[in-house]
Amino acid sequence: MSPLTYILGWPFLAALALVFIPRNYRVVIRAIAVAATFLSAVLALKMFAQFAGAPAGASGYRFEQVVPWVKALGISYYVGVDGINAGLVLMAAIVAFAAACASWDVQHREKEFYILLLVMAGGILGAFASLDLFFFYIFHEFALVPTFLMIGLWGRGEQKNYATFQITLYLTVGSLIVLVGLIALYLQSGLGTFSIPALVAHFRQNPMPLGAQQFIFPLLLFGFGILVSLWPFHSWAPPGYGAAPSATAMLHAGALKKFGLYGLIRIALPIMPEAAREWMPVLAWLCLGNLLYCGWVAMKQRDFNWLVGYSSVAHMGFVFLGIATLTPLGLTGAVLVMVAHGFLAALTFGLNGYIHRQTGTLEMAQLGGLLRRLPFIGAALMMAAFAGCGLPGFANFAGEITVFFGAWKVYPVVTVLACWGALIVGAVYMLRAVRVVMHGPLPERWAEVPDAPHFWRKLPFLALLAGLLVFGCFPRLLTDRIQAGLASVLPAPPIALTEAIEPVNSTAPLAGPTSFEPERPMVPAGMTVRE
Amino acid sequence: MNTLLLSHELLVLALGLLVLLADLWLPRGLRRHLGYAAAAGLAGILLFSFLAIRVAPGEVQYAFFEMYALDGLALFFKRFSLLAALMVLLMSVEFAESMPTGVSEYYALTLFALLGMLLASSANDFALLFVSLELITITFYVLASFHRSRMTSLEAGVKYLIIGALSTGFTVYGIALVYGLTGKLNFNELAAVSSSLGGNRLFLFGMVLILAGLGFKIAAVPFQIWAPDVYQGAPVPTTAFLAVGSKAAGFVLLLRVLFVAVPEVSFQWGSLLIVLSAITILYGNLCAIPQRNLKRLLGYSSIAHAGYLLLGIAALSRDGQSAVLYYLGGYLFTLLGAFTVLCLVMRQVESEDIASLAGLGQRSPLLAATLTLAMVSLAGLPPLAGFVGKFLLLKSVIAQAPAQPGYYGLAFVAIAGVVISLYYYFGVIRAIYWSRTAPDLSPIQPSAPIRAALYACIAGMFYLGLFPGTLVNLTEEVVKVLR
Repeated sequence: MSPLTYILGWPFLAALALVFIPRNYRVVIRAIAVAATFLSAVLALKMFAQFAGAPAGASGYRFEQVVPWVKALGISYYVGVDGINAGLVLMAAIVAFAAACASWDVQHREKEFYILLLVMAGGILGAFASLDLFFFYIFHEFALVPTFLMIGLWGRGEQKNYATFQITLYLTVGSLIVLVGLIALYLQSGLGTFSIPALVAHFRQNPMPLGAQQFIFPLLLFGFGILVSLWPFHSWAPPGYGAAPSATAMLHAGALKKFGLYGLIRIALPIMPEAAREWMPVLAWLCLGNLLYCGWVAMKQRDFNWLVGYSSVAHMGFVFLGIATLTPLGLTGAVLVMVAHGFLAALTFGLNGYIHRQTGTLEMAQLGGLLRRLPFIGAALMMAAFAGCGLPGFANFAGEITVFFGAWKVYPVVTVLACWGALIVGAVYMLRAVRVVMHGPLPERWAEVPDAPHFWRKLPFLALLAGLLVFGCFPRLLTDRIQAGLASVLPAPPIALTEAIEPVNSTAPLAGPTSFEPERPMVPAGMTVRE
Repeated sequence: MNTLLLSHELLVLALGLLVLLADLWLPRGLRRHLGYAAAAGLAGILLFSFLAIRVAPGEVQYAFFEMYALDGLALFFKRFSLLAALMVLLMSVEFAESMPTGVSEYYALTLFALLGMLLASSANDFALLFVSLELITITFYVLASFHRSRMTSLEAGVKYLIIGALSTGFTVYGIALVYGLTGKLNFNELAAVSSSLGGNRLFLFGMVLILAGLGFKIAAVPFQIWAPDVYQGAPVPTTAFLAVGSKAAGFVLLLRVLFVAVPEVSFQWGSLLIVLSAITILYGNLCAIPQRNLKRLLGYSSIAHAGYLLLGIAALSRDGQSAVLYYLGGYLFTLLGAFTVLCLVMRQVESEDIASLAGLGQRSPLLAATLTLAMVSLAGLPPLAGFVGKFLLLKSVIAQAPAQPGYYGLAFVAIAGVVISLYYYFGVIRAIYWSRTAPDLSPIQPSAPIRAALYACIAGMFYLGLFPGTLVNLTEEVVKVLR
């Protein structure tokens, strides 16, 4: 059995076990949830560490396992990782553990909450580990439905119901559009299999007709785009995260949202390269909507949670920009940002949840000076804010700068504007928020707010911070793996790192593997200094 | 002739007559429990069917000069109807308290309606088609108006009678035209000549009229107008049986007429079926949005589901046909679970408004969980049966799209329908858990058989959602008798 099966299996198994545990055994319920996600996280860490040494299968994936499921339709349970999703699985497992730890504030119907949380965690891990289209999709839905229920049942704030309906409708539309695209893709191949490596290999040999590509690619682009809050389909995210319980927001914003980006990289780009080249300039301009417009809206927010929600939408812009370059460098950066943002979003939503729990509000006008009362939480929040502005030393910096290096040659104008979004806009809203919430006079009513009292409360935040810092200081841990994985994604005409490509006019036929050398570190020199 | 071929029908007929006779001798107080006996009898017949009746794949056995066919498809629908009737009877026992008289007749009529469905699943001749349709429809006139003291129930019966009679008229007229032209009623014989009649307007007119009659059974636009009123007015078990059994009977007849009797003609009707399916989906889903009465809401939702099922017929392919069967399989567990919950809740509170579900989460976690899962499955979200069903239907439709772009449009209409439906299905879930004020918080204790039925429904929804392999193989095997 593949370790991936254990990684995604423990949460599901624990969810099943919780069904049979009486609801008044609160400590046991919580302990099982935390233990299961901890096990997943440890196994994911082990998997990540052993990744380089593991034998790669025929199609370049490691830790593969195939179990036929529905033979008549060619569906099988098929898991495996390459450089692209190894980091994502690790990130998702750590985020799931942190979310389970941070759920101590749930006080009613704990049993149902932890069952849903575990199903969601298992679904996320499954979606990232699956190499079968059907399971890829269905695991995502496994994670999505609990999201809606958790926001609806345990959510907070006045707009809870509205936010629940909005997020449900938006994300369902997105995932159904994706479903049509995936079915069309499956039928287009005529192979009768849902296996992603088989489909990619097939379409590499026999490129899909251009007409079909032009029909299916937009379906996947916008379907996945809605799931990732691509501007202008982002409006579900801030209210949804604002209303969600903190564990749900951590899991969704941190891990589940990356599903759409991962789907684009794993499925849409390698199978439909021509259509991708036509659509990428559009994506590049849309991503400015994320970076600049949502960043600008974030600056105007008065509620800290909404601000973080908008900032998480804004950060997706970097990933879209990286994908839009269609260069190894840009895509490497995109995957790095995905991992980094997973830790970051989970961290900020977790800390927000802590503050909300203690003060009952996240209105920035009512907060202030909390750093004096909350040395640990405050310090963690400031580090998160710095990571969000892209300060070197945090994983976000490594990812964002790689994206910019990749994008500069392809979309210079967009890159210049995006840099503004990253450096100025991001810094303005993040630092302003930190100033208002953490510094200044401490209002009388918060004089007794307690800091995280013991190690267990601090643990989730420490784990996420560790992720940010480790990958920030040693980005090569990820980049080396990602580069090796990208070879299967980018069959496009040879793209040298320093060469500009013209995405619109490029009609060159598919040819040969990419020309970059895996040995050469693609991260700019400045970043590897820290090693 | 081999009587084993007719064993399902004969056994159910005997059971129905027994129930009627038992009413004569049983004391009043015990009559209610006759339902359990009838259900046990059906369980026995179902068991007998699985143990004794075998049909080799692709094999068709005939009786009555090929009027009656026993093949995999027929057997699938016979077992389907038996299972549905079994659960409906269990539900009726719960419901019987509110019926002043005639409880045993209610059980017996349910069994006779079942007999009609069993015959319908084997109909290979327009005469048997008509007889079985009438047997189903006429018993349902009575079943729908069984609450004699309630205006809404009587209204439901009368509406069903009038529109049913009209559609019967259509069907007979259509059969007459087809018979007048070809001199044949048997599907196999018709299939041999129908290829040459594709251009004959009179023949097509006759076929359209027959389709209209079947459209009434499955509540597809434009013959859907009766469904909401009848669903709302009829007693809950009747509504459930109407929604599951009667609809399935309509679909098996539709499959046989379209793909056994006149396949050449049906393959020209792709566009017509696309339009019908799309309109049915949109009509059902859009009209369900403002509904506050739960049964009426399910009535509109059942129109929408008829539309989804038509997707598979419109695809005009084996995949589509087997997807229809799969979808019906999931629909059985989902809908019966939902109606069983409604039956219990509405017995307690005399209102059918969605608000009467308030606090159900505290009153009975099992009922709340079943209804929630049923709504999620109806909405078509994984990991429940509804998702796999919709997935297979969509797949069959998209597979036809490269040849006929209209199918892409149909797929998108179906998706729009799913998204719209989320609104009202989640509205029901919201009423269960989120309601601010709950007037009544007394616990509801379902009886042991009902609990078992609910667990069976939940298990069915999950099994078909998580392990679709078995049923997919079966349905693909079964539709091989169709063209």
